[in-house]
Amino acid sequence: MTLASRQALPYLLILIAGVAAPFLFRDYSNEIAVLWLMILFASTWDILGGQMGYNSLGNIFFFGAGMYICAVVQIGLYYDVGMYTSGARTTHIVFTTAQYFTGFAVGTVAAGIGAALLAFVAGWILFGLRGPYFAIGTLGLAIAAAELFASWEWVGAASGISMPVFPYGPNTQKIFFYFLLFALAFLLLVFLRWLYSTNFGLALNAIRDDEEKAEAMGLHTRRYKRTAWAISAVFLGVAGAVFGNMTGFIEPRDIAFPTTTFNLYMVVMVLLGGKGTLWGPVIGAVIFHTIKEVTWTYFLGWQFIALGLLIVVTIVYFQQGIVGWLAEKYPRLFAPRARREEEPALKGALAPQEGAE
Amino acid sequence: MDHILENISILTAAPVLNLGLLIDGVLIGSIFALAAYGLALVWGVMNVKNLAQGDFIMLGGYLTWSLGRHHIDPLLGVPAAFVMLWCIGWVAYRLVVSKVITRDLFTSLLATFGIAIVIQQSLNLAFGPDTQSAHSGLPTLQLAGGLVSVSVTRILGFCLAVLLAIAVIIFMKNSRMGQAIRATAQDARAARVLGIDTEKVYSFTFCLNAAICGAAGALVALVWNVQPFLGTTYSIRLFVIVTAAGFGNLPAVIAAGFGMGVFEQFGGFLLGAEFQQALIVILLLGVLTYRQWQYLRVRQAVQ
Repeated sequence: MTLASRQALPYLLILIAGVAAPFLFRDYSNEIAVLWLMILFASTWDILGGQMGYNSLGNIFFFGAGMYICAVVQIGLYYDVGMYTSGARTTHIVFTTAQYFTGFAVGTVAAGIGAALLAFVAGWILFGLRGPYFAIGTLGLAIAAAELFASWEWVGAASGISMPVFPYGPNTQKIFFYFLLFALAFLLLVFLRWLYSTNFGLALNAIRDDEEKAEAMGLHTRRYKRTAWAISAVFLGVAGAVFGNMTGFIEPRDIAFPTTTFNLYMVVMVLLGGKGTLWGPVIGAVIFHTIKEVTWTYFLGWQFIALGLLIVVTIVYFQQGIVGWLAEKYPRLFAPRARREEEPALKGALAPQEGAE
Repeated sequence: MDHILENISILTAAPVLNLGLLIDGVLIGSIFALAAYGLALVWGVMNVKNLAQGDFIMLGGYLTWSLGRHHIDPLLGVPAAFVMLWCIGWVAYRLVVSKVITRDLFTSLLATFGIAIVIQQSLNLAFGPDTQSAHSGLPTLQLAGGLVSVSVTRILGFCLAVLLAIAVIIFMKNSRMGQAIRATAQDARAARVLGIDTEKVYSFTFCLNAAICGAAGALVALVWNVQPFLGTTYSIRLFVIVTAAGFGNLPAVIAAGFGMGVFEQFGGFLLGAEFQQALIVILLLGVLTYRQWQYLRVRQAVQ
């Protein structure tokens, strides 16, 4: 097998699995759709957290922002938003098929662009912060957004917005949103594979390893950081727009800006799978989501305590993650190529010195 | 927008209302200052940013509230919460914090966030998501013809907070352990060379901080209310206070604590209570932005 085909193999497998899954497990297509969303969450978090070394606790901000931007555009194209949200409980407003799909398409594009713009603005404010301050600052951003949306009457405040109803039957709806989320996650994985092989990817790693040196070498670090955040924001915003339409109802605290559920899952999944690798977040997301879906109902209210414990255990005792652990144990198979080539060279350089002593 | 202007005009029309808000702000700010001092202590000594701080406060508050429910004077909750949180802090330190002290800061931040989630969800499971408050049965004083009302509980809470703060400060200044803690904060390696058991110092510091939080939480339950998910708001408040003041600067931390209390009272009055949480978080972003701008001039990052 040639190198190129070996690298294409995982993508081919994902493509086959992704297309076949909703037909094989018809009853679980919604859960599998959320799995693709989780993979997207983990991979976008890893752009900053793993590759660039900036641990954000507020990436959910772009997801929720995309959701709300899409909803406002979708409704605003045909109706007055304030009237729609206040009248939603008493009158039933119908969207025609053409209206629905035009609104959805325009809204999704607007969500992606809007989220990217927000990332530029937020990055302009927050990227002077390092380490824990950045984490706390981004967490503050997400909480502030949730609280502000929860008291903003025009977008329905805490009671949320009922989205326009999907014009076809429930089965078509399931398949439609499943394939949208799958396509988005697949596109992201292909895109990241390419991104991490470019100079841009190297610049992100340089920022992670030593930001001062990277800057001294002439990298415009702030610009790189902002662009990286905008990239993850585009995907998160579009995912938010799709997910909002999929659930049919959006609300600030638990669906759009869930700081203690989706927002933390991102971090946990990446840490579980292995930070700073392409496949670590994917593996982490698959394992986490499967365990969660299978066992969650048996916990009877203890599930969030279990989540907290999982975070603590993962971070204290298993920080390198699954892929990191594999790379340590079987470096020939799993370590990144750069490190594999580097190690023998290092040993060679050290050997004469040891001999001289 | 209109109701903000309306509220401002109320304040200018009846200046004595300002006094009421100011007194309330100072009384509540004393509790913030106390808990922020604990955060600054752990931050400075161990370089651990404890995100479970607010949840320790809630634990102390719930202990006091359940004492009151069992017809025990909730004022006893202050020492009881101090002792109980000392033990909980010790467990948290042994199991989690001691293992992340030497790791990078995000690790300790996320680990304490994990502790925070465990605590708030356990409280939610045990006591339900309702807002609770302990009643001490003390009267409310009416001043200025009923326009300004000050509850005796709040005054008592203020006095207790001040007493506790003074006790802790004297302890830090004069006792052997306090000196060891300060030495470790200055240079942990040198302290170890000179024979200080830094492991013990870390453990003691974290327990002391948890205990201070517990006592502060008991006061919160007395003068205000507790709810399982309010902990995060407290953590953010304390972060704002310590970040704004700088963790090495004790008088500034205390001043910022009072400032936070007063700011919140006025902000809540002007904007309405539903904006209170958003206000705190936006203040956090404001303080962080200001710090950055400060550091930018000397080409450094806030880290």
